[in-house]
Amino acid sequence: MLLGLVRPTSGEAFLLGKPEGDVETRRKIGFLPEHFRFYDWLTPGELLRLHGRLCGLSHEQLKSRIPQMLEIVGLAPHRDKRIHDFSKGMMQRIGLAQAIIHEPEIVFLDEPTSGLDPMGRRLVRDVIRAQRDRGATVFLNSHLLSEVEITCDNVAFLKDGEVVASKELREIGTDEEVHVSARARKLSSETLAGLRPWTTLTTVEGEYLTLSARSAEVLPEILRHLVSNGADVYSFTAQKASLEDLFMRIMGEDRGL
Amino acid sequence: MGCWIIAGITFREAARKKILWTALIAGVGFLALFAAALHFQIQDFNARATAPFIRYQILSAMLMIGLYVVDLLAVVMTILTSVDTISGEISSGTIHAIATKPLPRWQIFAGKWIGFAGMVAGFVLLTFGGTIAVAYVMGGVVPQNAFHGGLLVLLECLLTLSVTFLFGTWFSTLTNGVIVIGLHGLAFMGGWLEQMSGFTESARLVTVGVFTSLIMPTESIWRRAAFEMQTPLAGSLPFSPFANVSIPSPAMIGYAGFYLLVAWLLALWHFGYRDL
Repeated sequence: MLLGLVRPTSGEAFLLGKPEGDVETRRKIGFLPEHFRFYDWLTPGELLRLHGRLCGLSHEQLKSRIPQMLEIVGLAPHRDKRIHDFSKGMMQRIGLAQAIIHEPEIVFLDEPTSGLDPMGRRLVRDVIRAQRDRGATVFLNSHLLSEVEITCDNVAFLKDGEVVASKELREIGTDEEVHVSARARKLSSETLAGLRPWTTLTTVEGEYLTLSARSAEVLPEILRHLVSNGADVYSFTAQKASLEDLFMRIMGEDRGL
Repeated sequence: MGCWIIAGITFREAARKKILWTALIAGVGFLALFAAALHFQIQDFNARATAPFIRYQILSAMLMIGLYVVDLLAVVMTILTSVDTISGEISSGTIHAIATKPLPRWQIFAGKWIGFAGMVAGFVLLTFGGTIAVAYVMGGVVPQNAFHGGLLVLLECLLTLSVTFLFGTWFSTLTNGVIVIGLHGLAFMGGWLEQMSGFTESARLVTVGVFTSLIMPTESIWRRAAFEMQTPLAGSLPFSPFANVSIPSPAMIGYAGFYLLVAWLLALWHFGYRDL
C-alpha cells in the first residue's frame, strides 16, 4: 500500500512526508517483493540495468554500479547466465540487488531470506547491515524471528493489519522474567528459601536447579546468595526471553491463520 | 523516459523469446507461398496466352486475397503476442518490481502499448508491403490507394491491440484471449452477414452487420480497406471479403478511431486504478 500497489480502502499513509504512492518518493525507495518474479529471459546484469534505469540512474552510474552489485550479492560468476537458469536463492539475491541499486533511503524487504541456504542468509544480513550503516532504513518483513532477532534494531508486531506492539530489540527480556538453569551441590532448603525475594519459581532435581528470576537485574544477587550460603555452583545460565516468546505472548494462541 | 524504457524492454522480450523471429518467419513464409502461387499462375497465363485484361484482373484478385490473408494474420498475431502482457505480469507478480519504481503506471501501460504497436506496424509493413511488392515485381499489379489500405489494416491491428490490453487489465490471459477472439469472430460474422445481404437483399441483415460493427469494428475497417484498394471488377464479385455490397462509410472509420481511443483510455484508467 505504501508503495502504491494496493489502494487504501480508508485512511491515509505517508512515506518520507509524502502521501502513499507518490511517484517521486519511490525514487528513494527500494523494494523486494516476497514472491519476486521478473523478466527471466534477462541476464542479471541486464535486469539490474533495467531497474537502475527505471530508478533514474545514468549509464555512467550503472557502468560502475552493476558489477559492484553483482559482487555484493555474490552473483558475479553468474553474470552471463539467464535468470531462468537461477535457483531460488540466486533469484532472491538478484532481487535484493535490484532493490538497493539506486541506494534508496528506505528499503522494504519482504521475506528476503526465505528459500536461502545459511550462506545466503548471512549474505542478506550483511547487505542489510551495510544499508543500515549507509544511513538507510530497512523494513524487514519476516516470519523467521531468529533472522529478525539477529538483524533488526526495532521490531513491530502486526496482527490483523494493526501494529499491536513495537519494541527495541535490546529491550526485550531486560524488564521481564529470566529463566535460569544452574548446576550446584550443597543446596540446603534454607538457601533455596532465601531465593524468594528475587524469584517466582524454583525447582530442584538432584544437582539441577531451575528458577525464574524477577528480572535480569537480580541475577548477581541470586548467584551471590547461593555462593555465600555454601553452595558449590558449577554452572549458572540465564536464558533471556526470546523474540519468539514475546511473539507468542503478544499474538496469542494460533487460531489456524 | 520510463515509457520508452518499457517499450524497449517489450520489444526486447519479443525478440528474446523468439516471438519476433517466429512472426517474421511466418510473414516471410507467407510471402514465399504467395510468390510461388503467382509464379505458377503467371506460367499458366503464358502457356495459354491469356488476354492481358483477364490476366490483370485475376492477378489483382490474387493480390487482394493475399492482402486479406495478411490482414487476418496481422490481427491474429496482434492478439496472440499481446494477450498475456498485462494480465500475465499481474498474475505472476512480475509487475510488482516494476510498478514500485518511480514511474507512473500510465508510462508502464503506454510503454507496453508502444512496444507492441511498433512490432505490429513492422509486421504489417513486412507482410502488407511485401505482398504488394511481390505482386508488382512478378505480375505488374498494384492495388489502388495502397497507402490508405495499409493504414486501415494498421488501424485494425491497433484497435485489436487496445481491446486486448483493455480486457487484459480486467481478466486473466485465457479469459482475455477468449473475449478478444470472440469479439473478432463476431465482427467477422457480422461482415459476412452484411455481404450476404447484397445477395439476399435483406435490410435486416444489414442492420445486424452494422450492429456487430458497432460492437467490434475490425471487419468494417478491412472491408473499407478492401474497397479502397481493389479494382472495380474484383469489387463487383457479389460474395467475397472484397465485395462492394455494403461499404463501410468514412464515418464508420471515424467511429473505429474513436473506439480505439476509448478502449485505450479505459484500459489506461483501469490499469492505473486497480490493485496490483
